[in-house]
Amino acid sequence: MKQRVLIVEPSELIVAGLKAILDGQVRFKVLEPEATADNLSERLVASRPDILLINPTLTGSVSRLRGQYPMAVVALVYQYVERDVIKDYDAVVDIRDSRAGIIETLAQASPGDSGAGRSNYELTKRETAVLVQLAQGKTNKEIADALNVSVHTVISHRKNITHKTGIKSVAGLTVYAMLNGLIDENNLL
Amino acid sequence: MKTNMKSRLFSSDSRLSDLITAHPSLLSLLTRLGLSLGFGDRSIADVCDASGVDTDFFLLICNVYTFNNYVPSTAAILGTDMTGLVPYLEKSHRYYVDKRLPHIERHLDAIACQLQGRIGQVFISFFKQYKQEVETHFSHEEQDVFPHIQALMGGRRDTTYSIGEFLHTHSDIEGKLDDLLNIVFKYLPPQVDDDDVLDVVYDILRLSEDLKKHTFIEEKIMVPLVKHLENAIMP
Repeated sequence: MKQRVLIVEPSELIVAGLKAILDGQVRFKVLEPEATADNLSERLVASRPDILLINPTLTGSVSRLRGQYPMAVVALVYQYVERDVIKDYDAVVDIRDSRAGIIETLAQASPGDSGAGRSNYELTKRETAVLVQLAQGKTNKEIADALNVSVHTVISHRKNITHKTGIKSVAGLTVYAMLNGLIDENNLL
Repeated sequence: MKTNMKSRLFSSDSRLSDLITAHPSLLSLLTRLGLSLGFGDRSIADVCDASGVDTDFFLLICNVYTFNNYVPSTAAILGTDMTGLVPYLEKSHRYYVDKRLPHIERHLDAIACQLQGRIGQVFISFFKQYKQEVETHFSHEEQDVFPHIQALMGGRRDTTYSIGEFLHTHSDIEGKLDDLLNIVFKYLPPQVDDDDVLDVVYDILRLSEDLKKHTFIEEKIMVPLVKHLENAIMP
């Protein structure tokens, strides 16, 4: 299955260059690019990219973008950028990278390479277990103790749950858990 | 980008009706900015003058609402009569709390009735909790921030409050709406009527966009303005 790449970048020159590099690749399909991040949320839902390759100056929060559509978000930079700006991105493509380097970066960032298969947004057993405890009002520490894992692992599961469902708040996840029959009313506090 | 941007911004001699035809979503702003419908074919400047609304301030807000990458410069903000800002923000709060949120809640009630057992209650209480958070957020601004600004605009600085605190504590009020949107269009069981879902999805999307602009106006227009006034007026 081809990885769908959405480029959001104002420079036509750079967009054309990226297209020239990626169009020749069997594993990528380059979607109609965007010059700005205006109306990006509708575009994400409509075009379902696997990889969003975006100039970080055009957007603020990466987690907000991921919340709108589950995909890999890759920063497209022209020069050295503060670590803080790119810390939430899955990967960084620098326009000075080689052709092979750019392809390699995107291939590794693509969700299809994680082994789980690209359309698999089902929660894993572990994630479901974390979700159920969250919905019962447990803290990260309590969940870590109950499941015998580190707090770090719990946080990582929580990120994945939010990435898959698009729901960030515990209250929202509780509603999700009930609607999906993961907890019943007796389990609630 | 900047010169390009400037040429796209609205000007005071355009017809108000042309502005609305091009950007219908601005319609919901008119009342909050102190204008009524029935403005006929008059220009923006004429309609504003007749209602005692500062034209530059009106245009500033309309431009911010319409163009996502338009951030007014501090010079543009300081060069505009901003007496309308706090009343506008207050009216927006009332619009969200008294009109939009109850409207969404009615739709959600209709959906909750179609859910089995306690799920409906949990679903509705999620929204009620959100509504409460929004009201708390707004009332903090109305009690602490807005009086501070009004005092500064009157040339006084009589509170110990500083706008630095505002940015520090200004919380995100759109996040839970996005959660609600995901729940409503992805996870409701098939027995829920699609028409009810579609109605509320459009309402949530519209409110979410509106709130984002509201936050933007507070952080990118109100804060720089207040910082300037605070520096100019020592307590």
